[in-house]
Amino acid sequence: MREMSMMAAIREAIVQEMQADPRVILLGEDVGKFGGAFHVTHGLLEEFGARRVWDTPISEAGFMGLGLGAALTGLRPIVELQYADFIFCAMDQVVNEAAKIRLMSGGQASVPLVIRAPQGATGRGAQHSQSVEAYFMHTPGMKVVLPSNPYDAKGLLTAAMRDNNPVLFLEHKMLYGSASPGGGKAVSDPTIGRFGMDVPEASYMIPLGKGAVVRNGKHATVVATGVMVHRALAAAEQLAAEGIEIEVIDPRTLAPLDADLILSSVQKTHRAVVVTEDARRAGVGAELMAVIAGEGFDDLDAPVIRVCADDAPIPFAPAAQDRVIPNLNDILAAVRRVTSDE
Amino acid sequence: MAARTDQLAPLDLIGFDTDFLLGLYRRMVQAREFEEQLYYLFLSRPMPGTMHQATGQEAVAVGVTSALRPDDYVTSTHRGHAHCVAKGVELNPMMAEMFAKRTGSCKGMGGSMHLCDFSRGMLGAFGIVGAGIPIAAGAALSALVRGSGQVAVSFFGDGATNEGVFHEALNMASLWKLPVIFVCENNQYALSMTVSESSAVPDIAKRGAAYAIPGVQVDGNNVIEVLKAAQAAVERARAGAGPTLLECITYRIRGHARFEASHYRDPAEVEQWKQLDPITRLGDALLADGRVQPDALEQVRNEVKADLEAAIAFAESSPDVEPDEYLQYIFDEEPAHA
Repeated sequence: MREMSMMAAIREAIVQEMQADPRVILLGEDVGKFGGAFHVTHGLLEEFGARRVWDTPISEAGFMGLGLGAALTGLRPIVELQYADFIFCAMDQVVNEAAKIRLMSGGQASVPLVIRAPQGATGRGAQHSQSVEAYFMHTPGMKVVLPSNPYDAKGLLTAAMRDNNPVLFLEHKMLYGSASPGGGKAVSDPTIGRFGMDVPEASYMIPLGKGAVVRNGKHATVVATGVMVHRALAAAEQLAAEGIEIEVIDPRTLAPLDADLILSSVQKTHRAVVVTEDARRAGVGAELMAVIAGEGFDDLDAPVIRVCADDAPIPFAPAAQDRVIPNLNDILAAVRRVTSDE
Repeated sequence: MAARTDQLAPLDLIGFDTDFLLGLYRRMVQAREFEEQLYYLFLSRPMPGTMHQATGQEAVAVGVTSALRPDDYVTSTHRGHAHCVAKGVELNPMMAEMFAKRTGSCKGMGGSMHLCDFSRGMLGAFGIVGAGIPIAAGAALSALVRGSGQVAVSFFGDGATNEGVFHEALNMASLWKLPVIFVCENNQYALSMTVSESSAVPDIAKRGAAYAIPGVQVDGNNVIEVLKAAQAAVERARAGAGPTLLECITYRIRGHARFEASHYRDPAEVEQWKQLDPITRLGDALLADGRVQPDALEQVRNEVKADLEAAIAFAESSPDVEPDEYLQYIFDEEPAHA
């Protein structure tokens, strides 16, 4: 059995795919010589050479366009952004070109383009902390992946690299160090645990659009993404001591969304809390609530509750950041409330 | 910008055979006639969407693409019909796309501003100004990585040179010596704004110097001059020497979009530029050189008119798009060929 950090799992997926498929190339700021802002791509320039690993200038719109042009003409590029926040510099190329060209071309164009972007609040202030998934979950033509653990990250990234559509692959910075069971370095946040299966060495795929039940329960369904999966699991431990068994679901991909999995869980539990790190207003939490309330209304015994980031730019002061981002107590309170009439 | 008298210099046909030159003439007439027919269609009946005419700019599209291989890549703009015709996209599906028919180049899903034909290397007209510039550079990067020997051309207007991606793409293309040719079709207006009103350095070719790219300025209404400059740029690109910024000075005879009356410019200016019509100039040169008789040119024009009538008939008789056909074009779910 292999224990592995999410960072190492992502790197291994890229290396294996680049070894197997010469069409896979990397583009991004400091992905080569420096090895990537979070060192995910370290050693790849040495292994694959400068024709496969392209250190770009600080030109997000430009190199996103280059990645798209290469994707349209026979390559399978991975474009790395140093921080997901920087994707807004490239918004036109992602939203107006990459996501639309297949439809605009009447199906002529395929866009095998993976955009990797680290995101999430880690004390760096408002422009290096946000969670961008809602913008792209909202964008027709895009697929959006948000893994919560190393096993999923490797399998989902492999599936993303073999997909013929633009895939935004969001990597939570707090999770880079989280290891699969049995080892790895400790993480500083006690609510970020280790779960999931060990990471097999051989390449494997987890299909985009398939969520996972990460803990079984019967009193309420908690749909959580990214870091919030870990906090939901931490909440589940405490709640179990109170006699409340929650079922934790990790959608893993937001677009396409595994609505069937969520709805079948709600059918069983009749109560739901959704937990996301992106901002509340018109966010992923709102969409999850709409799916549950709209399609699972008859199964519900209580209104769906969402636990999301406050509608504020992420503040720098640690205490303020922690107020904005959902924490363990927010989840505990929401679950107690949604189950309170039982 | 006033029409420059030096643009009245006769075309130098030496070294080109007559059939090739007649081919250039035919392509330019096809591009012109496609848009003229479209103009009257919009006047005479309800047509979906809008369109932007490149009347008077045809020599840029035809001159540049005539220096390319069939498998070379092109990106284009909202004013892209001429680029498509010049790259060899067939008239029937192009016209059917204007009618939003299922037989259109883009199955009725793209329309005038998003025309493309990947089988001809036409990666797309892009309705966002400047968007195609880095995409062409990416196609060039792909050609370099694959070792295919292909080059990519990005057509864009003077207005696009004030978009950030123009500068980002030129920088990367020069750094990495990508086989790409940046073709600025300087028609002197970004809707109502003249180049000197919108650009601190109105000689766009000079901007190449900022990125160590040769900047070449040519008479964009002289198809021979455009062709020769494009051939040099393509040769340079294929040889691995990197990109060229080719500025073709031309003029937008029509308004920005259909029925846009151009109240912001002097009608005398338009009339002056009509005297520099690129099609007439090539025709006159062919006649002056004794290469052809007038009836040969008339025959080309008549044949093209007949082709366009056939294209319109094809479009009219084609099936409409069913409302839910778009569903099959959102994602590509074919498994990758690993």
